[in-house]
Amino acid sequence: MELAALVLVPALASGLTLSPLGRRWAAPITLVSSIVVLLFCLAVAKATLAAGHLEALQGGLACDGLGALVLILVALVATTAALFSWGYIRVRSAHADARKEQHYYGLYNLFVLSLVAVPILANVALMWVAVELTTLLSAFLVGFEATPEALEAAWKYVVLTTLGAVLALLGFLLLYWGTRLAGSRTFTWVSLVGIAPRMPPTLLWPAFLLILVGFGTKVGLVPMHTWLPDAHSQAPASICALLSGVETMTVLYVILRLFPVVSGVPTLDARPWFIGFGLLSVFVATLLLIYVRDFKRLFAFSTVEHMGIILVAAGLGGAEAHLAAAYQMMGHAIAKSFCFLAAGVVATTYGTQEIASVRGMARAAPGAAIALAAGALAIAGAPPFAIFIGELLIFKAGVASGQYAVTGVLAAMVAIAFCAVMAHINRMTFSPDRTSGEPLSAVPLSCRLALVLAGIALLLLGLYVPAGLGDLLRSAANAMGG
Amino acid sequence: MSGSPLPLLTALNALTGALFLLSAIGVLATRQVLASLQLFIAQSLLLTVSAALLGLALGSPHLFAVAAITVCTKTLLIPWILRRTVSAEVYRTREISRVLNIPSSLLIAAVLIVIAYVVVHPIVESVNALFAPTNLPLGLAAMFLGIFTVVVRREAVPQLLGLLALENGVFFAGVAIVPDLPVISELAAAVDVPVVALVVGLLTRQIHQRVGTTAVGLLAALREP
Repeated sequence: MELAALVLVPALASGLTLSPLGRRWAAPITLVSSIVVLLFCLAVAKATLAAGHLEALQGGLACDGLGALVLILVALVATTAALFSWGYIRVRSAHADARKEQHYYGLYNLFVLSLVAVPILANVALMWVAVELTTLLSAFLVGFEATPEALEAAWKYVVLTTLGAVLALLGFLLLYWGTRLAGSRTFTWVSLVGIAPRMPPTLLWPAFLLILVGFGTKVGLVPMHTWLPDAHSQAPASICALLSGVETMTVLYVILRLFPVVSGVPTLDARPWFIGFGLLSVFVATLLLIYVRDFKRLFAFSTVEHMGIILVAAGLGGAEAHLAAAYQMMGHAIAKSFCFLAAGVVATTYGTQEIASVRGMARAAPGAAIALAAGALAIAGAPPFAIFIGELLIFKAGVASGQYAVTGVLAAMVAIAFCAVMAHINRMTFSPDRTSGEPLSAVPLSCRLALVLAGIALLLLGLYVPAGLGDLLRSAANAMGG
Repeated sequence: MSGSPLPLLTALNALTGALFLLSAIGVLATRQVLASLQLFIAQSLLLTVSAALLGLALGSPHLFAVAAITVCTKTLLIPWILRRTVSAEVYRTREISRVLNIPSSLLIAAVLIVIAYVVVHPIVESVNALFAPTNLPLGLAAMFLGIFTVVVRREAVPQLLGLLALENGVFFAGVAIVPDLPVISELAAAVDVPVVALVVGLLTRQIHQRVGTTAVGLLAALREP
């Protein structure tokens, strides 16, 4: 029943925010709804761990370890981003009317609904619809600030990701054709793993490639990543946290689901494709990280890099590598959402997103400086944060399975990316202040509160993994076919 | 249906498929937005015809649902939204700005169609299906042409038409390979189309108001140095 509640609560919240009640209470309603969703997600995770697999509504909704991990991360980021939105959206739309704010929260709740629906819809075709809905519902949020740049970003986002989703749709249609040829009618991830060996490989392979390339567009894999830095830099910071932190991961989750399906057929091997796309993404993103001039784009390229790293980890194969991939998914979602919230605070304080215009933050705005530096260290992979441990686990799994070349290239790229990110952030934080004179804007209380809460989660997860979370990560790794 | 009209239906479907591909080429190669839109409507109608023919031949009610949805959304609703959201001047007078000239585009289109047939060949060889040998390669070719259209067009409405033509291609293949996909998914997938148009159409209008043009290719503020 918890599964059904996950869908109902955000739907109800969206209705409430758009009703007259939402004129004054849209932000608190959204925050409460996010917290309730988070609690239900924790309940789902607990039940999933106890039973191994959870179903509701006559098998219409289902969840396993990997799905539960994605659910918790989505709900966690949605909660901090909702708290952050409270003050942030009011500041950003100061000249706009309350109606626009209401629309923001209405769409915000629907966007969260679509993100939550992806891992729990049992029918794969319906899951495709949910993925497509994440695009449609977030498109207006990307263009929320209605500047020409934001509209251009939203346009590219919708056209390119929908194009990708339609390619993936043909892939799913081919999968269903294969299912029917194998004499079955059920079309769920669980049934697909069982049926795949009986499918003609000539069907399964093009289906896999279409879905990898199609949904890879939405994950931001190179060379289909061109829309991502635009959308993730132009959206309001709270939306960036959701887009970069969890939306990309939610779609990557679908691609990871294909791994056990394809592994069931001995003549097919998905691993070289995962590693190839992953390494290419890491390589290109690292180069772009060096040349970037806008600090929100910096974090957006870092998302491309991390999606690549997770895909490589999944492609390395084996239980250890899959555990590392699950750990990295968690580390990235927490750290990247924190980074974008911090970047939002800096952008509000200085009124610009240009790296060169922000100097000497440590003296002028120490709170924002600490947040940005902590976020950058966490996302670049410095100890004691979770991404450091995740990357270490990936390298260890790579060496253990004898894939030295892949591991070596990945490690080198990660090291370069670390230097690139830290060089930019270092200059913003510690360089002598040359732009003095311009008054800095105050940061709303809710933004500071959201940063503190997200920061606590960020620090704790690097130092200590609770027993339940450890079990969940192992269960997620199992679902990846490790 | 009984066996007797089957050869006739197959022949009609093949004819529809040929025209379908022609209209996809048309959406790619026309000079003016209005012509592009009309060819897109024709393509959608041909998808409808194919879905209905296959529904008749395979006795599948789902395909009639697809046909009905296609007629309503792609030939009526979407053209209507486009006419309302984008000013008439865009339709009649302007030539579409494009990255590649028409002869080169047609040459690449021909290559894409050949590729579609080559790619589909092993699938059609290994699986015994009635209509897939016709619809799958044609649908895939239309899909490739749609992607190509989105890439070469530099204005919002022609790009959108390319995207919808691409979706038509996928459904043209889909009606042949999965005629019995439960209707709820089909509905959901097809209902998706007008929503896309709405979102994209609204964005088009917003872009037009803000920037004064729907030539998205000219918007290049977001770039790496």
